[in-house]
Amino acid sequence: MPKLSYLKALNRALGDELAADESVFVLGEDVRVAASNLTAGLFDRFGPERVLDTPLSEQAFTNFATGAALAGLRPVIEFQIPSLLFLVFEQIANQAHKFSLMTGGQCQVPVTYVVPGSGSRTGWAGQHSDHPYSLFAHVGVKTVVPSSPADAYGLLLSAIRDNDPVVLFAPAGALGIRDDVDYASLQPVPLGVGRIVREGADVTVVALGHLVQDALAAADELAGQGISVEVFDPRTVYPLDVDGLAASVARTRRLVVIDDSNRTSGFGAEVLAVAAERFDLDAPPRRVTRPDGAVLPFAPALDRAVQPGRDHLLAAIHGVLEGKR
Amino acid sequence: MTAEHLYRTVRLIRRFEERAMDFVRSGEIVGGIHPYVGQEAIAAGVCAALRPDDVITSTHRGHGHVLAKGVDPARMLAELMGRENGLNRGRGGSMHAADFGLGILGANAIVGAAGSIATGAAWAYQRQGKDVVAVSFFGDGAMNEGMLLEAFNLAVLWRVPVVFVCENNGYATTMPVRSAVAGSITGRARAFGMPAFTVDGQDPEKVLAATTAAVSRARSGRGPTFLECTTYRFDAHHTFEHRARLNYRSTEELSTGRSRDPVEIQGERLAADVRAAVDAEIEALLDAAAGVALGGAHPDPAAALEFLYASPEVNR
Ligand SMILES: Cc1ncc(C[n+]2csc(CCOP(=O)(O)OP(=O)(O)O)c2C)c(N)n1
Ligand SMILES: [Mg+2]
Repeated sequence: MPKLSYLKALNRALGDELAADESVFVLGEDVRVAASNLTAGLFDRFGPERVLDTPLSEQAFTNFATGAALAGLRPVIEFQIPSLLFLVFEQIANQAHKFSLMTGGQCQVPVTYVVPGSGSRTGWAGQHSDHPYSLFAHVGVKTVVPSSPADAYGLLLSAIRDNDPVVLFAPAGALGIRDDVDYASLQPVPLGVGRIVREGADVTVVALGHLVQDALAAADELAGQGISVEVFDPRTVYPLDVDGLAASVARTRRLVVIDDSNRTSGFGAEVLAVAAERFDLDAPPRRVTRPDGAVLPFAPALDRAVQPGRDHLLAAIHGVLEGKR
Repeated sequence: MTAEHLYRTVRLIRRFEERAMDFVRSGEIVGGIHPYVGQEAIAAGVCAALRPDDVITSTHRGHGHVLAKGVDPARMLAELMGRENGLNRGRGGSMHAADFGLGILGANAIVGAAGSIATGAAWAYQRQGKDVVAVSFFGDGAMNEGMLLEAFNLAVLWRVPVVFVCENNGYATTMPVRSAVAGSITGRARAFGMPAFTVDGQDPEKVLAATTAAVSRARSGRGPTFLECTTYRFDAHHTFEHRARLNYRSTEELSTGRSRDPVEIQGERLAADVRAAVDAEIEALLDAAAGVALGGAHPDPAAALEFLYASPEVNR
């Protein structure tokens, strides 16, 4: 079977959707030459009106996309840096997201926002290493963080086809993942539906994006110690697949979440709140996150020290298995 | 006909706003309004230059724009009262009136936000082969929002069929334009390479003439035009000012500012009997509108988040 990389899967999904639907177009900085490779080859295939190179005007071009969506198109915006989403939080959370309700359902804003390279990029330091998916979930913008090439393909397709704004985070730590993929099997992955990546009996580990790799590695390691870990990838941060998670936890009765957000009010906090409200657990659940208020420092060892890592995850799993807080 | 049409529009807006302020006082409208009184000639003149399929974006002070674009005053008033028969089914209120069927892509409460939305919409219509023009209304205050200046740049670079209408009423809330805008408003627009004109915003016919030229330029593919319409806000920034008198305009300034009233300027162009007939017609229209609005159902609280998503949310 051919190998497909995560980044190539996103590129392929974008190309397929541009080909399938005239109303789709992509805009962003340096998309013509495909500086990030997300749009590689697309300018030559689709031309300057479908692959629109923008000046450095994030706020205006994000609202521009909202306007184009109101007029019937399906824009996909590429952002070069995850923290650019802070710059356009107004345009996404306060404009695009609110149009449907505020107009009493008269319109829709089908814009997709893609960040190829979210989270730590090793060496890019404080202003290039954020992972603000919890922020968008908090305001109710549909938010996806694919973990595999097939999911990257399928979730981007669904995001573009969805009639609401959707933010897709493609973690820097996942872009290089390559899987054996039968191209014919690539298909849309519905928003809001999680996936059990590995079955297990003793504990459910919830992981998103690149952290699924860490969860699988931890599961491998623990299997040697006779501990059976189930890895649940919600794929969509909002809306969260609470039923899928509930079904997993009903079997394992123990829960750990690993989350690349800051601790307070992050996705991990939400999973634990859902657990407190709905799940019957044999031990208090745990979350492994970035620290509160984290700013990723430059030096690689410091950068790694603030990211939720495999060792923290192993400790948390042992903790819930021992029933300790 | 044009003179009468323009008069009808300015008079309709004036009386709509006066009645709306009464409903604010009586408590039927909660949250207050930003009255458009004094600026009616701009909405009337601009919208008279548009085709029904042309689109507009509006502002926090937007009642005049949407009425001039043809909105049913009854549904507009019902929206201000938060009723189910309102334009936005009571989900938008004074600052978010929208009627997509009439090309009203929404009033926007964030100063300077809509210019880029209008630019994107106009670009998209053009790309779809439609010769639709977009007009974006905004105030002098918006000229200091970077996002709007970014939109000017995109619109000129991409020759977007959009007309930018700046209503310079001298103030952003209490901040005088002379203390807020370095250089000049039209100078800023010209710096992006678009033609920019200052227009007497108290005279509907002058606004109509300037807009007609700008719209035909946009429609023929020659890109955006910027119109600075000078005007004066006769009433409060927002009706909260009726209770909390803010000290920023002298009585002399107010009386000079109010001396050029667009309703009078246009009214004097009609024969007295024609004018009286229009006035009576508008009172009847607004009486009926008030009845429709007051009779509208209040939305069901159980449906408070209806319309939040266009595609249904999964696992809500
Ligand atoms: C971005 C933004 N900043 C501040 C406000 C609060 N605000 C609402 S209206 C207004 C003044 C706007 O002045 P201008 O653009 O001149 O319009 P006018 O009120 O004079 O019609 C302000 C500061 C806002 N709504 N949006
Ligand atoms: Mg002003």
